[in-house]
Amino acid sequence: MSGALKIDDLVVGYGGAPVLHGVSFDLAPGEIVAVLGANGAGKTTLLRSLAGLVPAAAGALELDGIDLRSLRTEDRARRGFALVPEGQSVVGELTVDENLRLGALWRHRGRSRDRAVDGIYELFEPLARRRASAGHQLSGGERQMLALGRALIAEPILLALDEPSLGLAPLVVSQLMGTLRDAAAARGLTVLLAEQNVTSALSIADRGIVLDLGNVVADADASASDLAADETLRHAYLGF
Amino acid sequence: MDRLLFLFATGLARGAVFALFALSLVLIWRAARMINFAQGAMALVATYVAFAATAATGSYWIGLAIGILAGAATGWGAERGVMRFVPHGRPLTGVIVAIGLVMVLQAVLGFLFGPQFRPMRTPFDDSPITVGGIPLLSPYDLFVLITALVIMAGLALLFTRTSLGLQLRAAAFAPEVSRILGVRVSRMVTIGWVLSSAVAALAAMLLVPTELGLNPHATDMLFVYAFAVAVVGGLDSPAGALLGGLTVGVAMTLVTGYLGATAAPIGVLVLLVVVLLIKPGGIFSMKEVRGA
Repeated sequence: MSGALKIDDLVVGYGGAPVLHGVSFDLAPGEIVAVLGANGAGKTTLLRSLAGLVPAAAGALELDGIDLRSLRTEDRARRGFALVPEGQSVVGELTVDENLRLGALWRHRGRSRDRAVDGIYELFEPLARRRASAGHQLSGGERQMLALGRALIAEPILLALDEPSLGLAPLVVSQLMGTLRDAAAARGLTVLLAEQNVTSALSIADRGIVLDLGNVVADADASASDLAADETLRHAYLGF
Repeated sequence: MDRLLFLFATGLARGAVFALFALSLVLIWRAARMINFAQGAMALVATYVAFAATAATGSYWIGLAIGILAGAATGWGAERGVMRFVPHGRPLTGVIVAIGLVMVLQAVLGFLFGPQFRPMRTPFDDSPITVGGIPLLSPYDLFVLITALVIMAGLALLFTRTSLGLQLRAAAFAPEVSRILGVRVSRMVTIGWVLSSAVAALAAMLLVPTELGLNPHATDMLFVYAFAVAVVGGLDSPAGALLGGLTVGVAMTLVTGYLGATAAPIGVLVLLVVVLLIKPGGIFSMKEVRGA
């Protein structure tokens, strides 16, 4: 278990029209990498193809040497890949507690599951107060905490998040990013963070990758102030 | 007054069977977002298997057990063999396929067993016990009522207290998110069909002996009533199926008792229409809550 991800010449398309045109990059174990880019750059498609929700047309995907492309979505999850998808990924009909237990199914049983759930409540205190509430009753920030908590309780080796800051107040975003950074450091997690919110993503990332129209156009160390400072990149791809 | 009590008690037993069958429709609806119009015919296949097993072994209980297994197997076969291939998001196609399945199954049953009514045994006496001079439930009615309630309680525990139940519910509400979390959603759909068909088979086996008897159309009216119950209770709501079933069972028995048997189906249909007009999602639907 280490969490080294290798993406090599990945081509993904919906019904013939490719959205990703041969994307390649690696993630070292424990690294936090931000995937940046405008709407339609291919960030969501990249993450969904890692999860196996969109089939790859060509290229290689390896997690710790295991060929992810040969595994179904469910098995990728059980092998240690967790995706927090964009938007409403909390199951609204289930309670907070049940959402967390659902995440804990493959790593914990019985008492160990109870302890793992308690651990998440310590990490996200507001959730503890709402453990019996249905998912659809939560605020946007609480939902995103729950989605992140549900991914962490599965003890993944690679965690991918699709726009976790979307629709959240700046203060909530910075808290969420802080928790994510601390949790990743504590667990030695490899993190792939797709964001349009460049500043907040780069605030916790080691490296930044910029996608544009399905191609990697920049891959830089994220003392990544370099990335944000690069005028051309900023105007062309990041839109600020 | 005596008559009212008697009808009320009998109605509860009959209503529990409607509730059980309606619950089986709710189970499939939640697992596959499909109203299984073939549920009655599939349960009837299981009932014929039970009839044959009882005839061969002489034991009602062996017949009942084999019938439940046959019901489960029918559900598995219907899902894996037919319904899995119905395109998603085309509810009408599923309904038409199910109606086709009804015709095939009824024709096969007619071919194998003939169109005649066959008497089915009950394990207990079917004449009412009198309490303080008032005739109430028969021992068989009591058996039916208790069995139905125990099965429903067991299902409630399965869905709320076990990991399998959690996975079944998650897969029904949010299939994609469930897959991302490692739940084998297609297996959960199959399990939903298996559970549902076994429950429907049990309901049919409980009701058929005290109705007219076993024939290739024995479950037609059971399906119609249970469908009304499921709609009245809200297709998403197991509690609605229980309360709706008891309500329809009692109402039907009262209408039969006071106005005659021919008025009962009309009473049920009037109830169905009134509920659909006033509360299209069913009395216990959660739509309003979920809109939040």
